[in-house]
Parts: sequence; C-alpha cells; structure tokens
Amino acid sequence: MAEKAIGCARPTGAVLGGKPVPEEKTESVPEEKEMTTAKVGSPAPDFEAPAYHNGKFISVKLSERLGKWVMLCFYPGDFTFV
Amino acid sequence: MLQKLGVEVLSVSTDSQFVHKMWNESELSKMVEGGIPFPMVADGAGHLGRAYGVYDENGGVNIRGRFLIDPDGIIQAMEVLTPPVGRKFEETVRQVQAFQHVRATKGAEAMPAGWEPGKKTLKVGPDLVGKVWEVWNPRDR
Repeated sequence: MAEKAIGCARPTGAVLGGKPVPEEKTESVPEEKEMTTAKVGSPAPDFEAPAYHNGKFISVKLSERLGKWVMLCFYPGDFTFV
Repeated sequence: MLQKLGVEVLSVSTDSQFVHKMWNESELSKMVEGGIPFPMVADGAGHLGRAYGVYDENGGVNIRGRFLIDPDGIIQAMEVLTPPVGRKFEETVRQVQAFQHVRATKGAEAMPAGWEPGKKTLKVGPDLVGKVWEVWNPRDR
C-alpha cells in the first residue's frame, strides 16, 4: 500500500458510494445524504480514510479488501482505559 | 488468532493517524510485542462512525462497535456497546469461526446457540422442521 502524503487538515475519512448530489441542488443538501446505515445482511458502507500502519501513514479503502473477512472495530479513543 | 482465521482487522477512532502512531509507540507496543499489526484508521469527522451508526454526536467519538464483514462485503455480525464495558475477544473469534463454517457449507449447516468449533451443527432443510429437539439439546451448549 502506498504511503500517504501528509497535510495539515484534520485527518478524516469519507464514506464512498453514496448517492451523487444533483449539482443544481447543492445549496440545501440535507446532512442525511451521507447516512448509509449499517445492517446485518446488507453491504458494509465503503469508505476511504487515512491510517497508521507499521510505521507508515497510509490510506485504507474497505472495498480493496473484498475477498477477505474483515473485522472493523470502532472505539472511543486512543489513550483511554478499557 | 484472527490473523490465523484469515481475518483482516481495522481499528477506527476519531483520533488522527498521528495520535495512533504515538499511542502505538508509547503504550500499545509495550503490551503487544511488535506493536499493533493492523491499520489504525483515523475518522476525525466521524463520517465512518455515522455510516456505521456508532458516532456519538454529543461526545464527538465513536462508541465501541464491532462489525464482521464477509468476503462479499456483507456485514454478517455486529456488536455495539456503550463506552464503559469492553468486548470479549473469545466471543468475536467464536462468531468468526461460526460464520466461516456457515460459508464453507454454503448455508447448508446452521450453528445452534452456544456453538463452538467441534460441536454439533444443524443440517438445515425440510426434514429438520419440528425435529430440532431430536438432534440438539439446549444442554449441549
């Protein structure tokens, strides 16, 4: 996986594959547009996001892992206790 | 253990990848030999957490959520907990083994409650309807 160039913006990921927003309506796009709610038995929402792995900063894309089992684990924060 | 089962792990929090690096170097590598072997993903704006229904808007963090995704990209299992309680790793492994077994049999076998590798599975089909009691006892769990 290619190393990722580092900028100063707050690092975050983006959900992929959402419905494209019609250009003429960009003024009042409801926030829910990016809501792709995860359900069992349904496709996992794809995303691309920056990550740290083995000493490098990389970009991770979920759909690049098709063909493999993936365990996606969310947790509240680094340096917390549980 | 998950690596042995061919499962790729991704951890996600709202911390940046830079904080992930420091956490790995200053603390986790002292608990796990060689440090964390899987990518630690940064979700600063909570887009990923929202998509998976685990983003806490008030706290600005992702609560504990674990999603098992199969090779077709389908979510097979999820577990979401509020912050003060941690997960039990063995249960995660058991679910991976059960879902991998289901997939290996192309759905012909189902895993009854409390199934673990080596224990009895159920052969799904018309003949099993109303007959589960003959082949499986809840005390077998």
